[in-house]
Amino acid sequence: MTSPVAGILSHGPSPKAPPRRSALGRTLLTAAALAAVMGLAGRVIELRPLELVRDVGNIGVFVKGYLHPSFAHLDEYAWQCVVTVCIALWGTLVAFVISVPLGLLGARNLSPHPVVYFAARRAMDVLRAVNEFVFALMFVTAVGLGPFAGMLALGIHTGGVLGKLLSETIENIDPGQVEGVAAVGADRLHVIAFGVVPQVLPNFLSYVLLRFESDIRSAAVIGMVGGGGIGFYLWDTIRSFKDGEAATVVLLIVAMVMCTDVISSRIRRAAI
Amino acid sequence: MSPASTVASPVVVLERVGRHFGAQVALRGVTACIRPGEFVAIIGRSGAGKTTLLRCLSRAIVPSEGAIRMGGYDLRPLRGAALRAHRARVGVIYQQFNLVRRLSVLDNVLVGRLPHLAGWRRYAALARAFDAAHREAALRCLDHVGLLSRAWQRTDTLSGGEQQRVAIAKLLAQEPRLILGDEPVASLDVINGAMVMDTLRRIASAAGLTVISTLHHVEYARRYADRVLGLRAGQVVFDGPPRGLDEAALRTIFGSVPDATENDLPLDRLAEPALATN
Repeated sequence: MTSPVAGILSHGPSPKAPPRRSALGRTLLTAAALAAVMGLAGRVIELRPLELVRDVGNIGVFVKGYLHPSFAHLDEYAWQCVVTVCIALWGTLVAFVISVPLGLLGARNLSPHPVVYFAARRAMDVLRAVNEFVFALMFVTAVGLGPFAGMLALGIHTGGVLGKLLSETIENIDPGQVEGVAAVGADRLHVIAFGVVPQVLPNFLSYVLLRFESDIRSAAVIGMVGGGGIGFYLWDTIRSFKDGEAATVVLLIVAMVMCTDVISSRIRRAAI
Repeated sequence: MSPASTVASPVVVLERVGRHFGAQVALRGVTACIRPGEFVAIIGRSGAGKTTLLRCLSRAIVPSEGAIRMGGYDLRPLRGAALRAHRARVGVIYQQFNLVRRLSVLDNVLVGRLPHLAGWRRYAALARAFDAAHREAALRCLDHVGLLSRAWQRTDTLSGGEQQRVAIAKLLAQEPRLILGDEPVASLDVINGAMVMDTLRRIASAAGLTVISTLHHVEYARRYADRVLGLRAGQVVFDGPPRGLDEAALRTIFGSVPDATENDLPLDRLAEPALATN
């Protein structure tokens, strides 16, 4: 039995699609280019895989030192973990406060003027480009050693990251819903509160919590440059070859990061 | 208390209105005087300038030539607070409803109250806090379109027809002096489309409000409009009552008589008051 569309499928000369470069050639070319770049980059970083194999015994010695964690200063380290979580909490709050105005002004569809848009975007670029450790070094000189400096550093850097994420979330909203609010003659703040915030809020809250998880990891090491928290003890115990102590600190950090990640991702799922 | 104002609409005067986007001419020499309380349908092919004309009236865009006057004032120089006041006087209803999908139905109706807030209430509204009087007005509007029971539901859980009725409740809450429709029934089925148009016409005639609406189906224009403006390539080629829409007129507006099957809406077979009151 012939198909009802057999006429269409078999009628006339075979169609000639426009020519196209072969897919195999493009794949090979891309692979070769990638290999060349990675090879050059490997030369630059002095990649010596053979030494890794030859000296694997040294790693054994290193690991053996960590197999006996010392619990002599556990209370001190545990308290420093609490300090670390508090640095991340306040750092994320400061970041949130910084990111909202920057994100609103740096969203193309909301910014009052192209100059304001440009300024807000570049300000966020600067905050993101400078690592939190660099900010920590600056704040340690400004406000002295300790968690306050670390918190400020985290907050400022993360403020740039969250601001950028917020402005991009705002740029992707449905303009029709905003127009529906603006069309009744509502003023700018009302348009934002009713037309923009409901569209942006779930995603933005999710980004804030993700950054909080990342801030916990950063806060755990920012003590290395004087920013307070468990990081100082990590640095101190490793540098003085107190392997047992260092093992305890590492274990505590892993436990802290895992706990906060689980809690934060639960909240994130509930928020959406 | 009636949610809609009983003050009649202003006279809308269009004088040689033209609008171009770059080299492309969207409207040219549109002249019309729309009397208070008229139900005007704008028909024409895609790209004929129907939406451009509506957007000029809502002052979403400014005409390149000519003038539009509403009541005593000219639309062109409006900006800032005066422009917002104009928008508050003009209620717009859209093809895609343009409701805030994640907000509750009642919050969307309350959006219509925003231009009527004064003093501290404007700031309270930023936290979606409205006082009892405004809340009651919004609930009355919702009741009027038969959706009171859905007040707390998230708007995107409603069907298209229901969302368009929420948009009408929001329009009522806004207490506009004039209603503009941008293809208000183009994404609705026949039953819901007729229900929405019936509601619009009922509200408009009860309050003496002018309605100016683009309509993609000639049948809708025939059934609901007092007056039809036919646009072709940005110019008005037909201006008259819907009974004047004979074959020659349709040929002038559309270039051909629109396919009969496409326009064969069973509007006349619908039960008379199509508005459900569930």
